Amino acid sequence: MEAQLNELKTQALDKIAAASNVKELNAVRVAYLGKKGPITDLLKGMGKLPAEERPKMGALVNVVREEVTARLEERMAILEEQAINEKLQSETIDITLPGRPVKSGNAHPLTRVIEEIEDLFISMGYEIEEGPEVEKDYYNFEALNLPKGHPARDMQDSFYISEDILLRTHTSPVQARTMEAKGGEPIKIICPGKVYRRDNDDATHSHQFTQIEGLVIGEDIRMSDLKGTLSVFAKKMFGEDREIRLRPSFFPFTEPSVEMDISCFKCGGEGCNVCKKTGWIEILGAGMVHPNVLEMAGYDSKRLTGFAFGMGPERIAMLKYGIEDIRHFYTNDVRFLSQFQRTEV
Amino acid sequence: MLVSIKWLKDYVNTQDLPPAELGEKITRAGIEVDAVIDRSDGLSNIVVGYVESCEKHPEADKLSICQVNVGEETTQIICGAPNIAAGQNVIVARPGARLPGGMKIKKAKLRGEESNGMICSLQELGIEGKLVPKAYAEGIYVLPENAEVGSDVITNFDLDDTVLELGLTPNRADAMSMLGVAYEVGAILEEEVKLPEITYTEAEDTASSMLTLNIDSPEANPLYVAKVVRGIEVKESPMWLQQRLMAAGVRPHNNVVDVTNYVLMEYGQPLHAFDYDLLETGNITVRHAKKDELITTLDGNERKLSLNNLVITNGEKPVALAGVMGGANSEVSKNTKTVVIESAYFESGSIRQTSKEHNLRSDASSRYEKGVDPNRVIPAAERAAQLLSELAGGEVLAGSVIFDKLQREEKVVHVSPDFINSRLGMKIRFDDMLDILNRLQFKTEAMNNQLMISVPTRRQDIQIEEDIVEEIARLYGYDEIPSTLPETATTPGGLSPYQQKRRIVRNYMEGAGLLQATTYSLTSEKSATQFAMKQTELTRLLMPMSEERSTLRQSILPHLLESVSYNTARRTDSVALYETGSVFLKGHDELLNEEEHLAAAITGLWLDNSWQGEKKAVDFFVLKGIVEGLAAKLDIELEFERGEMDGLHPGRTAFITLDGRRIGIIGQLHPNEQKARDLKTTIVMELNLAELFKEQTEPLVYTQVPRYPSITRDVALVLSKIVEAGTIEKLIRSAGGKLLKDVRVFDLYEGDNLEAGKKSVAFSLTYFDPEKTLTDEEVTAVHDKVVGALKESGAELRS
Repeated sequence: MEAQLNELKTQALDKIAAASNVKELNAVRVAYLGKKGPITDLLKGMGKLPAEERPKMGALVNVVREEVTARLEERMAILEEQAINEKLQSETIDITLPGRPVKSGNAHPLTRVIEEIEDLFISMGYEIEEGPEVEKDYYNFEALNLPKGHPARDMQDSFYISEDILLRTHTSPVQARTMEAKGGEPIKIICPGKVYRRDNDDATHSHQFTQIEGLVIGEDIRMSDLKGTLSVFAKKMFGEDREIRLRPSFFPFTEPSVEMDISCFKCGGEGCNVCKKTGWIEILGAGMVHPNVLEMAGYDSKRLTGFAFGMGPERIAMLKYGIEDIRHFYTNDVRFLSQFQRTEV
Repeated sequence: MLVSIKWLKDYVNTQDLPPAELGEKITRAGIEVDAVIDRSDGLSNIVVGYVESCEKHPEADKLSICQVNVGEETTQIICGAPNIAAGQNVIVARPGARLPGGMKIKKAKLRGEESNGMICSLQELGIEGKLVPKAYAEGIYVLPENAEVGSDVITNFDLDDTVLELGLTPNRADAMSMLGVAYEVGAILEEEVKLPEITYTEAEDTASSMLTLNIDSPEANPLYVAKVVRGIEVKESPMWLQQRLMAAGVRPHNNVVDVTNYVLMEYGQPLHAFDYDLLETGNITVRHAKKDELITTLDGNERKLSLNNLVITNGEKPVALAGVMGGANSEVSKNTKTVVIESAYFESGSIRQTSKEHNLRSDASSRYEKGVDPNRVIPAAERAAQLLSELAGGEVLAGSVIFDKLQREEKVVHVSPDFINSRLGMKIRFDDMLDILNRLQFKTEAMNNQLMISVPTRRQDIQIEEDIVEEIARLYGYDEIPSTLPETATTPGGLSPYQQKRRIVRNYMEGAGLLQATTYSLTSEKSATQFAMKQTELTRLLMPMSEERSTLRQSILPHLLESVSYNTARRTDSVALYETGSVFLKGHDELLNEEEHLAAAITGLWLDNSWQGEKKAVDFFVLKGIVEGLAAKLDIELEFERGEMDGLHPGRTAFITLDGRRIGIIGQLHPNEQKARDLKTTIVMELNLAELFKEQTEPLVYTQVPRYPSITRDVALVLSKIVEAGTIEKLIRSAGGKLLKDVRVFDLYEGDNLEAGKKSVAFSLTYFDPEKTLTDEEVTAVHDKVVGALKESGAELRS
């Protein structure tokens, strides 16, 4: 019986060594160690042995079984690892294939510019005010020191709907409305929005465009405050090393009035095609709120003063992104719009 | 305003600054110099030539062979101008000469004949065609007889000049004259202004012996001066005068007209010359026109006048449209012997109205509209008389015929130095302020820390203290203003809830995969109301520029769809655009009801991952899902209710409702609409954002994460096709009670295995009790109730 046992062991170990995969090895396990396997048979047959041989034989069978089991586990570990490796091998993908696209849109470049400016002024304590695009002549002109027949009305030919109603030609009527509503209280606002003028659409003109105006009214607001505020704006918007300069100009609703230039962000002031060789780029118009405008809205112009400024997001976007034709903003070509996906932070 | 620097030097020392530098100083002080134009730019080697002989070219009809004395030699030049003739002094570009545009003159052979240079027109010297005197507009320019043969044309005829182009703002009407610019430059450079010296000999006869004057409208015409000059010879003006006019952008005509234009440019005071004999009556009467009275103006147009128009008449009929343009019936011509020179003050509003009414703008009207200097009306008349006696051989009759009711006191402005400094945030010294005011030639008196400033009448823009602040600041230099920030109380700043929600919508739509578009508010009458949820009366512009942009939109979709078509026409097949913006509806008051809407349009593939076999075209449910997601984001409950709208697919359109109010539309474009717009399947939606944003969102409070498991049961139903899943879902929800947490459609089948007109819809029901783990029995009890209710409703359970 002992010989039989050794024979079995040899056979089993050979088969274990010969098993080339997990399945074969499991078959070996079932064949030798299973309930119907020879080792179990041997154990069952021990009843026929004399009683004194039984413990010895029992121990011997156990030794054989343990050894076979141990070798089988060893082999199993190897084969399992081999199986995993084969599986991994077969699962290799071409990682250079494109990923599943994530659908994502983005803001219009004008929104992008407007929100950037809004956020900048919000951080300086400004609120955003908006107003109607179809406006009364009174708020669009008269309340801004532009009475009927004023020569400066020619500067902005308008789309009238009736004698007294027109498409606003600037966002300044929002200032007039806000001042009227605030009834003499200090103000710190930014007013973005669409405006309309009688222009034929071409590369530099659009009958519809956007504006952002700012208005600050308070005690002792000085022209130096305007300059300082605009300087902060220019640096945040166009780069920390930007310088600004003010040039005298004229707007009926401000006195004194100025235009603001920034040092060219492309050449730094040496002169290039962006700044037309001057080193400076005109960005916005501004000034100290005209006392007539304050008085008309019920402010005591001796006690409260203010400054206002206005700029065109189209112009800023064109300068910032190098866009050559204003019509791009209103054509909505996907090949144009989708270029404003990425951040610039 | 075009300013010749050579001319300017008659009145003020420009310190020989290079033109660009002078231009920069003027710009920095407040008048923007738009361009610095070198009149001799690109010109060289151009001389006076004398045409000794001129014969037809044997081989070419239009060419002449000229022997031209150019000083050092007589040389042959071929000329193509029709007005070339022997005995003329002409402009000759010698071989090696350069002309504007980089043209270089070389010896050449023209049809076999040698040509040593070119005889030039003024256009070839870079002068705009519309400024060249009519007599020379189609040919070469003929120089005066006394021109020195062989001398340099550029220096002898003042082409070695630079012109500054000023971009004037409406307030600086004072700079619409050479003298006005001289005052400005004088203030900047701290130089005196030298006025023209006016001297001439008067005849013994008086002007009033020949001319009578009646002013019937003294409000509109408070000052009128007429000078009479007789015995004049109308001819070409001398070269210097022609050149100055051309430099100023004015076309020379004859000495009389040129003098009036010259004085207009010099003083900013419009003048007009009448042929005395053509006036017929020896009278000038200024009055308002009669209704439908006719006048033919100098431009040859007959104009029907209105009661608003001020006219100059000869006592009977109009001879000029006052302050705007003269009449053809009294125009100065070659035969004119006696002229009446008019210099008048017309009230700006009256001229503005007439000019607008007749759509007629002239150098005169543009100055009157902005207001001329009342103190220059009389000097300008005198200056014209002087020049006519010098240049036209005229005899100036003694005195003037004058009507004068014009107030012309100087405006006095009181301002304190402290006020000036506090407005600027600066500390300018008192002496510096006085110095600037002196440079501006404003008379100043100081009293009790208060400045009393008399503003010359030429500066009508200076009215209030703030105007003085600006004058001081601009000449002191804006660079000197420090940078500070307002010292007001700190305010928090920020967006309003409405504005925040708008940004949330924007971010959501972009996250969902749509690009933000911006389209025009003005559209055609035809598309103004297409896709509009609430159609109101159209709002049209009074004077649209085109029918395409004549009416305010009541829906965003028509233009948004145009943008989609624009893209698909350029082979971008998949387009997903959204826009937020106002639509304009007639409201209760005179202003419109401007509603902010959100619109979206999608076409082509929504998902395109074709190498993995994933491809999904847009359909109704893609856009519906986006709207549902938006509602979830804004914490509002939107419902979809089957609907119809022109232009949309009748079976694939829904109204979007909020609390029973229709606030939006969603649907697939009707096949006909798609075809008309050259689009494939396109889904659109438009929502009233203002309505959406009205809902106040509740504060967000967390709900406990479930501690007990939920149990899911499925139920598949066979339904008539006309029964909507939404109806069944509502039924399930009401039968399921509070333990039923969620109901979802997970399968829809319409096909062969089913009876015709039927569909199979499968729902997945989730039961959950936050208090405990539900037992199978509890779930079964509720679920049976649901199934019972379904059966009762006529639904057939599918096993």
